[in-house]
Amino acid sequence: MLAELGLAALWLCAALAVLQLVGGALAQRDGSGELAALVRPAAIVQGVLAMFAFLMLLWVFAITDLSVKLVATNSHSMKPLIFKLSGAWGNHEGSMLLWVTVMAMAGGLIALVEKRLPEKTMQATLAAQGFVALGFYAFLILSSNPFERLPLPAVEGQGLNPLLQDIGLAFHPPTLYFGYVGLSVAFSFAVGALLTRQVTPEFARVMRPWVLGAWVFLTLGITAGSYWAYYELGWGGWWFWDPVENASLMPWLAATALLHSASVLAARDALRTWTIMLGVVAFSMSMVGTFLVRSGILTSVHAFAVDPERGSFILMLLTLYIGGALAVFAVRAGSIAEGTRFKAWSREGALVFNNVMLSAILGIVLLGTLYPLLTEAFDVRVSVGPPYFNPVGAIFTIPMLLVMGVGPLLRWRGDSWERLKWPIITISAIIAVVGLLVLVFGDVTVLPLLGLAIAAGLAIAAFLPLRGRNLRRVPIATWGMVIAHFGIAVSLFGMASETAFTQEKLAAVSPGGSEQVGDWNIKLESVDPVAGPNWTALEARLFVSRGSEKPALVTPQARNFWAPPQQTTESALLTRWDGQFYAVLGDQAEDGRWQLRLWWKPFVTLIWYGGLLIALGGVFAIIGRVRSDLRRRAGEEDNEGNSPEWEQA
Amino acid sequence: MRWTLWLPLMLFAGFVGLAGYQLTQPKDEFVESKMVGKPLPAFDLRPAALNRPGASLADFQDGKPKLLNIWASWCLPCIAEAPHLERLKEQGVEIVGVAIRDRPQDVARFLDQHGNPYARIGADDVSAIQLEIGSSGVPETFVIDGQGVIRHQHIGDVRASDVPMLMQKLEEAR
Repeated sequence: MLAELGLAALWLCAALAVLQLVGGALAQRDGSGELAALVRPAAIVQGVLAMFAFLMLLWVFAITDLSVKLVATNSHSMKPLIFKLSGAWGNHEGSMLLWVTVMAMAGGLIALVEKRLPEKTMQATLAAQGFVALGFYAFLILSSNPFERLPLPAVEGQGLNPLLQDIGLAFHPPTLYFGYVGLSVAFSFAVGALLTRQVTPEFARVMRPWVLGAWVFLTLGITAGSYWAYYELGWGGWWFWDPVENASLMPWLAATALLHSASVLAARDALRTWTIMLGVVAFSMSMVGTFLVRSGILTSVHAFAVDPERGSFILMLLTLYIGGALAVFAVRAGSIAEGTRFKAWSREGALVFNNVMLSAILGIVLLGTLYPLLTEAFDVRVSVGPPYFNPVGAIFTIPMLLVMGVGPLLRWRGDSWERLKWPIITISAIIAVVGLLVLVFGDVTVLPLLGLAIAAGLAIAAFLPLRGRNLRRVPIATWGMVIAHFGIAVSLFGMASETAFTQEKLAAVSPGGSEQVGDWNIKLESVDPVAGPNWTALEARLFVSRGSEKPALVTPQARNFWAPPQQTTESALLTRWDGQFYAVLGDQAEDGRWQLRLWWKPFVTLIWYGGLLIALGGVFAIIGRVRSDLRRRAGEEDNEGNSPEWEQA
Repeated sequence: MRWTLWLPLMLFAGFVGLAGYQLTQPKDEFVESKMVGKPLPAFDLRPAALNRPGASLADFQDGKPKLLNIWASWCLPCIAEAPHLERLKEQGVEIVGVAIRDRPQDVARFLDQHGNPYARIGADDVSAIQLEIGSSGVPETFVIDGQGVIRHQHIGDVRASDVPMLMQKLEEAR
């Protein structure tokens, strides 16, 4: 019964999405149209019904209704409740339902509260939202019905892969979906603004919280994914330029560019068509990423959930959404009036530079990711990796980072060199001095050297926008920017330090023997078998110490899972304020010695702390923006005059 | 009409065309081995087990296609593939084993516990043959035609789903 209610709700949702699409489209043609008044209510009811359908799915998973096929194949009556619930979206059908539910709820929310845009633009936006959602409903109802019943109820569920019974993995997909859905809302706003030619600062302000929200989730997703790969895969690396990683990086790059160009549009009514273009590109990148990962078209070290049929379907949706939006763009963009002009040496100028660089990096990553696909068409197999991505990306990343230090100090419209002479000289001096120090005292290649120097300069530069201001009157959004830019510096420092100063040793050690890595002394006490619920492992007991410190025990394992049979290495980490000690247990040699792979990675943790700071900055920015919106709506005098942007320092 | 505005759509169409084309191509998930088409090197291995003869190049040149299975008693996936090798043997396939870096008593114990699908088992104590035929791990299975030429290399354990594929490769090698 519950499952049937859920399915009925889905059908109703699809009908409402059609209503949104048709009503919104008719409203564009003949002014108001009779259905136009129904567009907003349809979006709200659709949001409620989608939520209801998802609750029904959670419910059948909670009570382990084994007559539902999805439950029978993905759950088990003995599983802890939290993993029963997370099992609801830990599969293809459930995750699609989660995605469309979040999207419908976002549509309902904007229909309910968004009153700033012209009604016609809102209807066009909701029509676009309905169009996007309709594709997903069609997919769910026609080919991936999560509520499908079995002819005979199963006796017991087939469980969830024990490897996936991990709290981190339970929340990893929703994080990504929130990010993707935020970008889909930005996409709908962009299409709506384009259709009605209402590309205004108001549009940018309405869109911005959604972009920021998506950006925060994507930042968290990338940060967590990088750390997961670092400790779980046991290779000691934190970024591999794998297609799956690139699939998460590309929407992030586009969203980063979008949120900066939206700021220019919101504050200065410039970069109109460019912002629209980025709104389309950001969502495209999330769809392209999903397509590359799910279709199995690219060989990836962690290709999963691969299914060519689903791949064709996603490609079809992608063609409809993105092809449609780009066609509208080609027809309409020419008729959108050019925005306000500005001087090159201004806040806008710096932000345009940032946008060009980010777009270039995005292009480089996209090209590198798709290149194997292109050459395979001519029967040439290539693999594109760090030797391409690192140096080519750096050509654009370094200038972008340098301008990032100065940009926030510039005034809108135009600025003078005189006013900024000293901050710029200070930042340059820090970069030069740190660079020289590293050059003299360290044996470091050029990219990490530049990374360390620029990180030091940026860390200081990030706080310069606060200089000479009453800190209690600094807008929250400005704090957000400062924190996020500081986070970039912190993360960059971690990356450069890890690359430059990591000490690595591959050693063969007998029990009782010891080994040295950098300042660390490692003693192998023993290697013993240990057993877990579904694995057995060899576990090394290592006592690790530095200087006169008390030795700490770390226990790397080599695990054998038996269902399904799989070998994994469980690395062991010892975290200190200035870095991490990383140990991996390898095979036993014939003479009884054990292979150990040992690393000391100075300041490696800053990579992920930096990522968290960037996301925190995004959260501050959202709070600041939404608060000033609410204030303005309440009719209060905005205490920053009429320009609530990251103002005139 | 500014033609540059159509550029994004054209680029996107290029991507869709490429992706669509690749999606319709049959995806060979396995990298074709460079050893396919090469003859086996000359070798002559002593028996690895008491009740089976050793293996040499001459065994592969009697005109009948065979499987060459690289394995070891200390290899866990080899246990997993043992029943599937047994099924291949039941279908009349002659399997020649090469035991890598193994001891006779371990080999005997393994064959006792997990069955013995092998017609012959040679002992490769220093991985010499293994390296010469381009095998980098255990287990691996090669399809060898009647003249001793490698026709297919299967990396990793033989699973139930691989059995028909190997039968077909053997048929093709006839």
